[in-house]
Amino acid sequence: MMKKRILAVFLAAAALAGSLCACGGTTNQAGVSSDETTDSSGGYHANEITVGISQDLDNSLDPYVSNAAGTREVMFNVFEGLVKPDSNGDFVEAVASKVEISGDGLTYSFTLRDGVVFHNGAVCTTDDVLYSFETCAATSVYSNVVAALSAIVETTVDGNVITVTLSEPNSDFLSAVSSVYILPKGYTDHGTAPVGTGPFKYVSRSIQENLILERHDAYYGEGAKLDRVTYKIYEDSTALFNALDSGSLDLVAHLTMDQVNNLSNGYTVLEGTMNLVQAIYLNNAVAPFDNELVRQALCYAVDVDGMLNLTADGHGTKVGSSMYPAFGKYFDASVADAYPYDPDKAMQLLAEAGYPDGFSFTIKVPSNYQPHVDTTVVLAEQLKQVGINAQIQQIDWNTWLEDVYGNRNFEGTVVGFDASILSPTALLARWVSDSSKNMIGFSDAEYDAVYTQALATVDDAQQTQLFKRCLEILSERAANVYLQDLADFVAVHPQLKGFRFYPLYVIDMSTLYFE
Amino acid sequence: MKQKANPFLSIGGTISAAVTALIIMGYFWTPYDPTAMESGKFLPPSLEHLLGTDNFGRDIFSRVLQGAGTSFLIAVCVVLIGCVFGILIGSFCGYYGGAADLILTRICDSITAFPSILLALVIITVMGQGTYNIVIALGILFIPSFARIVRGEFARCRDLNYIKSARLMGVGSGRIMFTHILPNTWPVLLSAITIGFNNAILSEASMSFLGLGIQPPHASLGSMLSDSQTYLKSAPWYALGTGGAIILLILGFSLLAEGLQRTSKTV
Repeated sequence: MMKKRILAVFLAAAALAGSLCACGGTTNQAGVSSDETTDSSGGYHANEITVGISQDLDNSLDPYVSNAAGTREVMFNVFEGLVKPDSNGDFVEAVASKVEISGDGLTYSFTLRDGVVFHNGAVCTTDDVLYSFETCAATSVYSNVVAALSAIVETTVDGNVITVTLSEPNSDFLSAVSSVYILPKGYTDHGTAPVGTGPFKYVSRSIQENLILERHDAYYGEGAKLDRVTYKIYEDSTALFNALDSGSLDLVAHLTMDQVNNLSNGYTVLEGTMNLVQAIYLNNAVAPFDNELVRQALCYAVDVDGMLNLTADGHGTKVGSSMYPAFGKYFDASVADAYPYDPDKAMQLLAEAGYPDGFSFTIKVPSNYQPHVDTTVVLAEQLKQVGINAQIQQIDWNTWLEDVYGNRNFEGTVVGFDASILSPTALLARWVSDSSKNMIGFSDAEYDAVYTQALATVDDAQQTQLFKRCLEILSERAANVYLQDLADFVAVHPQLKGFRFYPLYVIDMSTLYFE
Repeated sequence: MKQKANPFLSIGGTISAAVTALIIMGYFWTPYDPTAMESGKFLPPSLEHLLGTDNFGRDIFSRVLQGAGTSFLIAVCVVLIGCVFGILIGSFCGYYGGAADLILTRICDSITAFPSILLALVIITVMGQGTYNIVIALGILFIPSFARIVRGEFARCRDLNYIKSARLMGVGSGRIMFTHILPNTWPVLLSAITIGFNNAILSEASMSFLGLGIQPPHASLGSMLSDSQTYLKSAPWYALGTGGAIILLILGFSLLAEGLQRTSKTV
């Protein structure tokens, strides 16, 4: 009995050593095969690609029922609204060929584009548009879209012009319109066989295995360059990475720095950003973080560049406030350097605030997001240098949602907030004092006033200035210890060109082509 | 009678003594601060950093010392809980028998029926994370194995003549149980303790490997092994150093257990 146990221990040791040797061997083999891949692909590559994704899509593909970001990322290629977002964060005409907005911001006129054809061959009419708006307002799972649509007081159709009148100006209305995907009237099988007007049409799907799209030949615009896109689903990240590294996938997004470092097949690695604001979100309602000096001290005590070097080899973009760089119009890089790394200043501020010997607090971090955990480990070490003892508590995501986000039962937490719609309000609305989403309990009269004023402003330049002022206030008051927008890596086949990063969680397949 | 040479005892004892000495040293002194990120990332093993550095530039040797200390302490506490409660339950059941014995034994059986890690995960999920909760969760899991062994020994001993005679002389039950019978269970109990100790270290490593054990930045062997798997290709010394420490710890005490068992048989 005991002999067996000892034998087992030895075998385990031998197996460990053996597996490591095997790993070393695989690296070399992969290196060799990658050269072959490059050689053979120097010639002809079929005009189709296989994309690896890390989770299956929602059970229903109906755009008004499904709400997972991963589903939206894929179906962005199938559905379109009257307008659609482009890679700069602007809204461009899609199913509508012309959009006119009245000076008071109350009336929107959309001219329906001629020759828009659904994937099932039907021609898009104003009836389809009206049907889509009604269905979306009645069934959409996105509450901010429903809220925007509920402000419509009158809809009139004149020939191919649809005019919508709002009860009050709403600077986010176009963003909501882009989420109203135009669907053929009377067709109800979107859950299993979705039909839209996008550059790609849905072909087939095998649950937990793959989803296939093909070029929509009757597309009105420039259209897709690839004939076919196959999404393969790998729920295990190691399996996904191995498939990529062996060359059987042409494109995989959302890779980590470690995966990029281990990639050995000669693929091109593109760097974008995750489009979220990572920060130590501080509960402004509890001591000691109800004291602005303490919050500022934390900002000075944290060396964001040092943290980026340790966690991601220096990749990632400092943010400094609740805005990420993909929102080029509002993002202000100077705010990112408002609190340079200065431990002496931090200790001085702590002493001023009545904590000359520092203090202890707990950072809760969702355990399933390794980048956030890594960040927290480094920050805790940095805070130790100024006498602040940050205890780390890993919790699962559902506990985070319920306890931290819902009950606001936390002192500090490291997470990232993203924008659900392409509008600065998606990031800024939550910090208004009486917002139900204001989990840190930030309360500042000036912020509330400036934000309200920005919402009511129709003039674009003036509104932009006001939103920027909101960001400055968040920085000045040190609402949170703002860190970074994480780097997002995409590996693509060396000859596949035209990849564009969007300020939203989508991948546009229509711009990709083989060289 | 001349005792036969016992290589298990000597080799196991040597490894265990060396490992224990290192662990005790680790409580007071480590070459570097185990959480300091002052050195470069992924430095290979060298004289400066015996086992290299990890993904944050922390000295792996210092972290292995600290982690082994944590795992060791948890294992000792877990075995202590399991052993004390196991002896209480086991001696009661074995000595008195009857309905209480039947019920308690069945409860122990039902605990054993669940996969132990799964049950520990459930306990941790209910009670929340933390070092004390791991000790309690694993401690509860270790009670049945001790209880069963002690019960068997007590059931065997209670009808032996010298116990009967003690009972006739009017010796109290408590005294019979703990002064007369318990010492007789010692050889069996000793090997159960060493095996249990090894299992406790492995269980803690598994829990931390699953992210439910020790919280970062504090090191434990399991959590280090879990972190190191990402860098298996680029920094194999991370996994090897940590895995090697687990193997040494377990191997030493396994051999020691085997040696002690053999010694007790020859006596």
